[in-house]
Amino acid sequence: MIRAMTGGGLRLETNKERSTAAPLRAASVPAEVILPLDQHAGTAARPLVKVGDAVLLGQPIAEPTSDISAWVHSPVSGSVIAVEPRPVAYHAASSPCIVIRNDFADRRDNANTAVDYASMSPAQLSDHIARGGIVGLGGATFPTASKLSQAVAQPDLHLLLNGAECEPWISCDDMLMRERAADIVFGAHVLMHALGTVSCTIAVEDDVPQAIASLRAAAAQVQPHIRIATLPDVYPAGGERQLILAVTDREVPAGRLPSDIGILCQNVGTAAAVARWIRDGEPLITRIVTITGSGVREPANLETRLGTPIASLIADCGGYTTDDRRLIMGGSMMGLAFSDDRLPIVKGSNCVIVPSPSDLHPRSAEMPCIRCGNCSEVCPAWLLPQQLHWQAQAHDVAALESFGLMDCIECGCCDYVCPSQIPLTQRFREAKVPVQAELLARSEAHLSRQRYEARGERLVRIENEQRARLEQKRREITGRKSPP
Amino acid sequence: MTAAPHTVAPANTVGRVMRQVLYALLPAICLHIIFFGPGLVIQILLGVTAAVAAESLALRLRGQPVQKFLMDGSAAITAVLIALCLPPLAPWWLIVSGTAFAILVAKHLYGGLGSNPFNPAMVGYAVLLVSFPAQLTRWLPPDISGLQTVAFSLPETLHTIFTGSLPTSLQWDAVTSPTPLNALRTGVAMGQTLQEATAQPIFGMLGGRGWDWINVALLAGGVWLLSQRLIRWHTPVAMLAGLTIPAAIMSAVDPGSYPGPMFHLTAGASMLGAFFIATDPVTSATSDRGKLIYGAGIGVITYVIRSWGGYPDGIAFAVLLMNLSAPLIDRFTVPRIYGHSR
Amino acid sequence: MFAAFALTFALVSLLAVALLWPRESPASNESRLIDRINDLLPQTQCRRCTFEGCKPYATAIARGEAGINQCPPGGERTMIELAELLKREAIAVDPKFGVMPAQPAVAWIDEAVCIGCTKCIQACPVDAIIGGSKFMHTVITDDCTGCELCIPPCPVDCIEMRPKAAMTGAVT
Ligand code: SF4
Ligand code: SF4
Repeated sequence: MIRAMTGGGLRLETNKERSTAAPLRAASVPAEVILPLDQHAGTAARPLVKVGDAVLLGQPIAEPTSDISAWVHSPVSGSVIAVEPRPVAYHAASSPCIVIRNDFADRRDNANTAVDYASMSPAQLSDHIARGGIVGLGGATFPTASKLSQAVAQPDLHLLLNGAECEPWISCDDMLMRERAADIVFGAHVLMHALGTVSCTIAVEDDVPQAIASLRAAAAQVQPHIRIATLPDVYPAGGERQLILAVTDREVPAGRLPSDIGILCQNVGTAAAVARWIRDGEPLITRIVTITGSGVREPANLETRLGTPIASLIADCGGYTTDDRRLIMGGSMMGLAFSDDRLPIVKGSNCVIVPSPSDLHPRSAEMPCIRCGNCSEVCPAWLLPQQLHWQAQAHDVAALESFGLMDCIECGCCDYVCPSQIPLTQRFREAKVPVQAELLARSEAHLSRQRYEARGERLVRIENEQRARLEQKRREITGRKSPP
Repeated sequence: MTAAPHTVAPANTVGRVMRQVLYALLPAICLHIIFFGPGLVIQILLGVTAAVAAESLALRLRGQPVQKFLMDGSAAITAVLIALCLPPLAPWWLIVSGTAFAILVAKHLYGGLGSNPFNPAMVGYAVLLVSFPAQLTRWLPPDISGLQTVAFSLPETLHTIFTGSLPTSLQWDAVTSPTPLNALRTGVAMGQTLQEATAQPIFGMLGGRGWDWINVALLAGGVWLLSQRLIRWHTPVAMLAGLTIPAAIMSAVDPGSYPGPMFHLTAGASMLGAFFIATDPVTSATSDRGKLIYGAGIGVITYVIRSWGGYPDGIAFAVLLMNLSAPLIDRFTVPRIYGHSR
Repeated sequence: MFAAFALTFALVSLLAVALLWPRESPASNESRLIDRINDLLPQTQCRRCTFEGCKPYATAIARGEAGINQCPPGGERTMIELAELLKREAIAVDPKFGVMPAQPAVAWIDEAVCIGCTKCIQACPVDAIIGGSKFMHTVITDDCTGCELCIPPCPVDCIEMRPKAAMTGAVT
């Protein structure tokens, strides 16, 4: 329980060494891949293939449907055997998926080629990045090109690459930085070109010395210069807003985007994916996934084709040690619990934890809040969770809003330290629904009022004009009638 | 296992917090027994029994799970705090009724653990102080270098507590002695200078003898709580500052009538108040800034009551007054949220 | 003793003053009050309150010419907020001013039937219907407040109210 960040945050047991002992290796390729069409933030992609179609490795199989959407590519060659809803690990409902049977021939789509990014304009480059199906690999899966386009108009933009993998257990970015620092640096240069900037920082927590050393070595060899910044290993240092404060000493104003203060954040994994698309012509069809926890025999980081069922990765790691099928997608603080290991790895899957009972400390019986203040001490958004908790129980939407419920990043720090064992984060997630609805209603009301007032003004204006015209006519007529 | 976070801090429960507070009180309890005899043990046993009985009764009446809440230890702390404030030879019904009042009225009538606006221990003590002032002044002198004329054995202590009267052949006037704070106020009220009033043998280098060590032990316990991160420094530091600064000013202005900061820090319930009573999270201000204001208020009001009020020590009333203002302080000290200008 | 009394008294009165100090001074003039009332109204502009829109209703409330229980779209919530703002007694929304559907609804024009008369466009208080004379009209679902004012003027009865969730594809 140590407040270690500029106001808030926790030092947690990271448990990362369990999965970093073995080197990065490729996961076995499954006979069937499942590719959800909504595995990115924004609107679901529209399929370009139908059942029975033959597809090539890297071939686009679904296209974006809006400004915030993404291409999906086939990670294997083979044939489409289904386009149908399937269960996924990132939400409770099913998602539309394309299912492809692998022919294990890995016949590539030759339309995908390397490009010379330096000769492209930022807009062209950004479009091209979109065609690679690249989305934020830190977990938020926001389409990278959409994020770039939000920021391009900004002068003096600073690119901030997030290598602060603060959540316990997850080590895929650590491994990537150790073993593929050159990819990250190349991708950083591509992104800098797409943004028209020459300033870039890669932020890393100070508990990954090997990763820092490889990044430094890779960055030293090329121009423009990239700064490597180290941060204390505090959770949630890698939260976008917390990271920006730690690295630049500036806060992102509430309700605004980092690009509004001239900063664009990307995950290091995203930069590496950009590099592989631009330099090697390989779209986003693989990602590194951490498989860890005492429930699996040999924890490791595996380079995985998207759509691979989780069970296949667990088999690659020597299988389960227990019969208990409890899985967590993501870290222990913010991950999602699920139990079905047939679900596929998607672009946002950074880690699968197979916990044994000793890995996690479950909550005990909930007691009333004793107002000890532990929660407000660790909250990285500087909220008063104990007050929000009262207000949520009272369904006091106005108070919840003014006490900053919508600024809660759902990091779980308050929960973690609460001696009364109150599931605060979950309460806040639930309480956000009515507050969001209220905010929406209010903004809609504001807009209707503006339109109502504009209409009123317009009617008055039209009436005035009509009257003026009438007046004019009358004058003309009387003018004509009157004797010269 | 459904919603994140999937893990919480190990061994971090309300029960543990309360137990740690009890541990932190142990050194002071031991010293108290050495100086003032075994009375405190009996008082604590009586108090805890009454507290547990009152707590289970209240929980049952309110239809709450008795087992779950009884084990949290908060009732026991209330009882121990009241016991530490009472004279060790006080009759049994004093601690029993004070604790019962604290638990039933001050805690459960307001909604139980976490919902009480007033510190239950201080409500209980204040009620006793107002209702039975005479009994609360019957302190023995500390058992140091012959200050105590009669040493009470365990049977004698039991007899006194349970019958309410001294063993035969003893008179209250003969065995009791005013507490240092009391002696000082009577002395000054009778026109003595500070130096004359503190010339009595019950005064030592720092303040009242015995009391000074107990306060040091409480300070040590408090520092340990700080090191365990069970309390925040803001309230105790602000409270001690609120007590010391006026004391320093007044003793500089009129050294003949006003004792200095050292005396105040080591007298009465100063350290108990600063580290164990004012820090009660339920009834104090929320934010760090709020805690500073809250603590300082307790310190200043304590000084005012001690120096010019009707009671020798003022911690209980100071705490209750500031409990009253805590919601107000909270309203004006909401911390700034990330990304908001204010 | 007196000093103590004076000090405690001073402290308590300080607290009391701080507690009772008005956080915002009461609306200094009528137009500010009207704005604050208008801020609480849902801006549906439906005229169920019998006034020409939300702002005229706000004006009438401010002048004491209308009750606070005349706004069905705002419902009990708005009524309570108004009661708090104006320090008036809370009073149930009078059903004679209309009853809202359980689900928020928006207007929908049957484009096969629409004759393009523009009557509904003129009736819409928030410019949520588009279309030209002799061309079919369409409701902008996002902008429609569900006021129902476009329904009576339609000569061919081709407008109906439909649940908003269904019309927006329930995507939030
Ligand atoms: S940590 Fe828990 S018990 Fe402590 S103040 Fe926060 S919600 Fe209350
Ligand atoms: S979950 Fe929300 S309230 Fe809790 S610590 Fe994180 S940001 Fe603060």
